[in-house]
Amino acid sequence: MSAREDQGFPGWPRGRARRDDGFVEESAGWMPSWEDARAAGGSGAPPGERSGQPPGERSAAPPGNSSGPPAGERSAAPPGDGSRDPEQPPWSFRRHGPGRWTRGTGPLRRAREDRLVGGVAAAIAARIGRDVTTVRIILVVAAVLSWGFVAGAYVIAWLLIPMAGARHSLAGRALADRRGLGLVAALWSMLIVLGVLASAFKAGWLGSLLWPLAVVGAGLILIWRNAPADEQAMMRHQVQPLLGLTTGSRRTGLILRLTVAVILLAGGIAALQSAHENVALLRPLAGVALLISAVVVLLGPWWLRIARDLVVERQARVRAEERADIATRVHDSVLQTLALIQRRADQPQQVVALARAQERELRSWLFDGRPPGSIDEAMTLAGGVRLIQQEVEAQHGVAVEIVMVGDCPLDDDLAALLAAAREATVNAVKWSGAGVVSIFAEVEPKEVSVFVRDRGKGFDPETVPADRKGLAESVRARMARRGGQATIRSAPGEGTEVSLTMPRAVSEPSQA
Amino acid sequence: MSPAEPASGGARPRVFIVDDHGLFRSGVRSELGHDVEVVGEADDVAPAIALISESLPDVVLLDVHLPGGGGQAVVSALKPEHPEVRFLALSASDAPEDVIAVIRAGARGYVTKTISGAELVDAVQRVAAGDAVFSPRLAGFVLDAFATGAGPPGPPLDPELDQLTGREREVLRLIARGYTYKEIARELYISVKTVESHVSSVLRKLQLSTRHQLARWATERRLA
Repeated sequence: MSAREDQGFPGWPRGRARRDDGFVEESAGWMPSWEDARAAGGSGAPPGERSGQPPGERSAAPPGNSSGPPAGERSAAPPGDGSRDPEQPPWSFRRHGPGRWTRGTGPLRRAREDRLVGGVAAAIAARIGRDVTTVRIILVVAAVLSWGFVAGAYVIAWLLIPMAGARHSLAGRALADRRGLGLVAALWSMLIVLGVLASAFKAGWLGSLLWPLAVVGAGLILIWRNAPADEQAMMRHQVQPLLGLTTGSRRTGLILRLTVAVILLAGGIAALQSAHENVALLRPLAGVALLISAVVVLLGPWWLRIARDLVVERQARVRAEERADIATRVHDSVLQTLALIQRRADQPQQVVALARAQERELRSWLFDGRPPGSIDEAMTLAGGVRLIQQEVEAQHGVAVEIVMVGDCPLDDDLAALLAAAREATVNAVKWSGAGVVSIFAEVEPKEVSVFVRDRGKGFDPETVPADRKGLAESVRARMARRGGQATIRSAPGEGTEVSLTMPRAVSEPSQA
Repeated sequence: MSPAEPASGGARPRVFIVDDHGLFRSGVRSELGHDVEVVGEADDVAPAIALISESLPDVVLLDVHLPGGGGQAVVSALKPEHPEVRFLALSASDAPEDVIAVIRAGARGYVTKTISGAELVDAVQRVAAGDAVFSPRLAGFVLDAFATGAGPPGPPLDPELDQLTGREREVLRLIARGYTYKEIARELYISVKTVESHVSSVLRKLQLSTRHQLARWATERRLA
């Protein structure tokens, strides 16, 4: 493997850069999406490893020990990792993703990945050296038994304990968040109204729930507004199944609201009807109604404005995220490429290939609105061919010229054709020694053909080395399985041409 | 059509370069080296027209994109008065409609700016000899434009001009696959001269066809 592959290539999700370029040989599926790469490279340790280790074994986990982290993770650890603090329980950093092997400088850090809500339970578990599940169960039971006070404490801990890898807790930011504090004030004013009502109705249980409710609500508002983007994404992910009930579809939400309203209405009317005889009971009711309307008139506009502010805030946040996305993209691709180009100024061919790949990628991102390397369902044959071009140019530094005639949507057969074409292209790039490989793809009413041609060394088909025969067979078999054809023509010194033809399932006219 | 021994007999073709990037002009100048004689350069439409009608080169290397109105403006301005000046379009852009526009204005061929020095010299000599030069990309564009699948709305006005023959299609396909004229000749068991005449015939159709298709195709491509 050359040094290039190790550097994380411009525009490619970082997970992919870690992949070996051996994807040709094992290209079972067509074009791995970067989710695959992430799943392969970025997952944490299996759950069994986390807690099953007795404390005595902590320090006895040198690299290579079978009970240590998987090899993939270890390779991502910084070199200084060998000297890690033996007092540190292994699971407190085992759980952090690769590249975030902070040594847990402070005593308490909320877990980044092993979290159900805020990661506080994991922090406590890591601190006292107990299984996180036990801690969670204890916390839940305590929250119920204490009428919610433990829940409030949990939220406060969430605010005060910094996340693993972060320097500051959320509380510091929350104190500067004036809008968030305003929102908390609004929430509290609502709760006070509720408390007044509760005392009017002598509903003591409600009153005792109000305090934890106030703390938890205020805490959650501040956390949500001040959490960094990644933590927010995690929270959104956790909340999604819950929201699915109400926001999943507008109709279900509407039906739900109508049902609740009808039940409340019926209950209210029934209560009024039954209490009609007793005038004494009506009096506090009228009082309550007046009180509520007074409060709504008084505070309603304020609540509304704050709710609106929340929406505006969210829009601003979306815009900020878009900007951040652009910045990331520019950094990951353009700046990286520029850096690479500077470093390889003495290798003109590679510089050209890099500049070319970068240009294409930028174009496709700017004008097609498609992040490079992604296959969406609407992708067409031409898009697939361009993707092969981008990938091969980026990974191998050899120019790929494409000529497309016509285009059509992708189906399974054509995806197989593209996979074969990609294999042929990569093979040409690797073996032919040619500086450029050309792909010609034509969509005709009855069939689709792809030709991959290089002007490199070529070979004598009679005396094919075993490895190349393997390619020929694999391309042929791939095509044959789908009813297509592959022929390979080559002669020493004249380069190689691989012709691939796949009949079209639906013979709609090619769009010209 | 002149025979296929492009300008090798002593007379180097006189070449004029029109491109708005000075760096690119000097790059081309050095790449062309001693095989051609560069008689001038221009960076925009107006100076190009003035200087070319003065120096009357054999071949003008013409950038498709120019600030003052695109390469076709230069071709259309000079073609009526100086039919002997031949144009070879050069472009970094992959936009087919621009390329087709320059060809239809009268350029004898189109190559991408990524072409190697030797290939460029070869293309210049071919154009100087009166032949057409089709890069794989241009061949792809033309196949696309004359695709059989989507016919023009009305009947073809002139079947002679509005359709490619089977042989022409074959030749274009091989060009698109990256074959040289020599390889095409060998592949199809015809002479290089026959290949050249097929290509020239395609060029003529491309320039003269009144087929709505071409115009419509170009606008569709712009949107696509």
